[in-house]
Amino acid sequence: MTPATGTRINDDLTRPLLLTSWRFYLLVAFFGAFVAAGLAAWFSQIFFGIGIAGIRWPVYWGFYVTNFVFWIGISHAGTLISAILRLVDAGWRRPVTRCAEVITVFALMIGALFPIIHLGRPWLAFWLFPYPSERLIWPNFRSPLVWDFFAINTYLTGSILFLLLPMIPDFAVVRDRSTGLRHRIYRLLALGWRGTPKQWHRLETAMQIMAIAILPVAVSVHTIVSFDFSMAPVPMWQSTIFGPYFVAGAIFSGIAALIIAMAALRRFLQLEEYLRPIHFDNLGKLLLMMALIWGYFVFNERLVTYYGNEPAEMTVFWRTQRQSFAPLHWTMIACNFLVPLVLMGIRRFRTIGGCVVASFAVIVGMWLERFLIIVPSLGAKYLPYSFGIYRPQPVEIIITAATFAAMGLLYVLFAKVIPIISIWELKAGEHTPSAAARALDEERLGKVRP
Amino acid sequence: MPRWGMAADLDRCNGCGACVVACHAENNISTVGAAEAARGRAKHWIRVERYWEGEFPDVRLKFRPVMCQQCDSAPCEPVCPTYASHHTADGLNAQVYNRCIGTRYCANACPYNVRFFDFFNPSWDRPLQLQLNPDVSLRSVGVMEKCTFCVQRIRGAQIQAKAEGRELRDGEIQPACVQSCAPRALVFGDLQDPESEVSRLSRSARGAKLLEDVGTQPAVTYLAKQT
Repeated sequence: MTPATGTRINDDLTRPLLLTSWRFYLLVAFFGAFVAAGLAAWFSQIFFGIGIAGIRWPVYWGFYVTNFVFWIGISHAGTLISAILRLVDAGWRRPVTRCAEVITVFALMIGALFPIIHLGRPWLAFWLFPYPSERLIWPNFRSPLVWDFFAINTYLTGSILFLLLPMIPDFAVVRDRSTGLRHRIYRLLALGWRGTPKQWHRLETAMQIMAIAILPVAVSVHTIVSFDFSMAPVPMWQSTIFGPYFVAGAIFSGIAALIIAMAALRRFLQLEEYLRPIHFDNLGKLLLMMALIWGYFVFNERLVTYYGNEPAEMTVFWRTQRQSFAPLHWTMIACNFLVPLVLMGIRRFRTIGGCVVASFAVIVGMWLERFLIIVPSLGAKYLPYSFGIYRPQPVEIIITAATFAAMGLLYVLFAKVIPIISIWELKAGEHTPSAAARALDEERLGKVRP
Repeated sequence: MPRWGMAADLDRCNGCGACVVACHAENNISTVGAAEAARGRAKHWIRVERYWEGEFPDVRLKFRPVMCQQCDSAPCEPVCPTYASHHTADGLNAQVYNRCIGTRYCANACPYNVRFFDFFNPSWDRPLQLQLNPDVSLRSVGVMEKCTFCVQRIRGAQIQAKAEGRELRDGEIQPACVQSCAPRALVFGDLQDPESEVSRLSRSARGAKLLEDVGTQPAVTYLAKQT
């Protein structure tokens, strides 16, 4: 393969914006149908009452809170890849950063919907906002849910800025290559970008500041989400390990989501030359590392609980380990630990296909992890007389499926209007992969596309 | 300022369930019907828990009426984002229905599972709708509700005593469950008054708190023969 030149990069990466194939409409219709079904399900829940969902006494949190934690977790893809790799100036990050940052923004938007979807009276959700009401009632700043509100909004604001800043030069590229209405829109978005040294300097400085600022925010977000659980005196919830455990899990599922998104982009937008096997190989190694960290946390959490032998905790412990939730628990262990360990640990399997399979397993496993933290504990809380089971109802399943479709839909639409790979960053890297990377590329390409 | 508390003598409780019925009638707790109850939507602000001891045929049945323990250190209160769940000056865990948006966090945090959620708007099997208590507000869909120690009766008695220019007498206030308890297993009163019956019973050697080690400091004392 020949290294791409500047013009070719412009051509390849703006092509999806300027030309529309039937596949785009098909994808939008497919994802859109699911999203429409999800919206219908949500409206019917508001109309008939939250009782049409499966939550019940005493399992008052179910699929919705699971999805909330899961999607906020997915949102950690962008920060890690982009901010850390930017700070350490890892060259291979260049085609990956934007795909990752987009996941952050969309996953946060989807995740932040769930605290509203799950409310008994969602039309009063604004009471969580700290606005000066005429009755001088403020939200309760002692409540972890209010901390969530601030953490998620900070993270969303920060990651939108983090996504938008490096888009400015690319908007200018599209502006220069489009005509008519499109030209006028991108001219507005480009904010008068001329590419002067001063502008470049300011952009680089801003990116540096954002990359440093976003890291503690990202870590705090999932720590605070974990506080929703660890602050309540519920067996197996009250744990000091939950903060780092949740952050690690979030980064883990985020990398998995990123790998899946990149594989899809590569295939649908013919970006084989930009998203190369070396990127999947590197992300696969990250996935392997996170699988090991995740396994360490789970082992730690389980062993300490078992050794402590506290009756209420042991009830929940055995429920997940051996009793009704055991099938889900061991599926989670297989998906989150064994599959990534084998596929990513053995060099031969660390192909694009192998990465995608492992990532799907991690996505399933991480969703189950959130579910298994929430439901078994609530269903077996202290007094045996008040134990209960939870069965998800169609409305919850439809809304859950719809959020995955919403992610797909937003991603497809985004890739349609904005170059999904940062054009200027790619050029700045001057696409000079090391000899080793190129050799690996060729080896892998030969394997994947004989 | 009083501190309302209750004592429940488990050696007296015969599990008749009159307290449950009286509570439903007094507090306008909607009946959800058999199908919804089977799905875990029944709301009993007070419930009679049954525990069996021993092996068949030598079985003993124990009852334990469980209502909101009106904890001094209540896990339900700090977690509410809107202050719907809050602490009153006389130590009750109050629930402001109008302020509740239905995060259900309070119910998850409650170790006793004595908070109940309105999954739908309330309805009653005929002719129960004719006996609603005008002193107690109805709860709409999406709101958490719980035992209040019949706060409407507490406030009513306080106003009455004030109007008559006297102190409240011990035993003057009776929540619906206490009033209807035939074997007199439940006793209600002011824990700050060392002479009140509930104070006396709470100090009994037979007394214990429910899930004391969780650290909630409940206002309800359970009395049982210590074996």
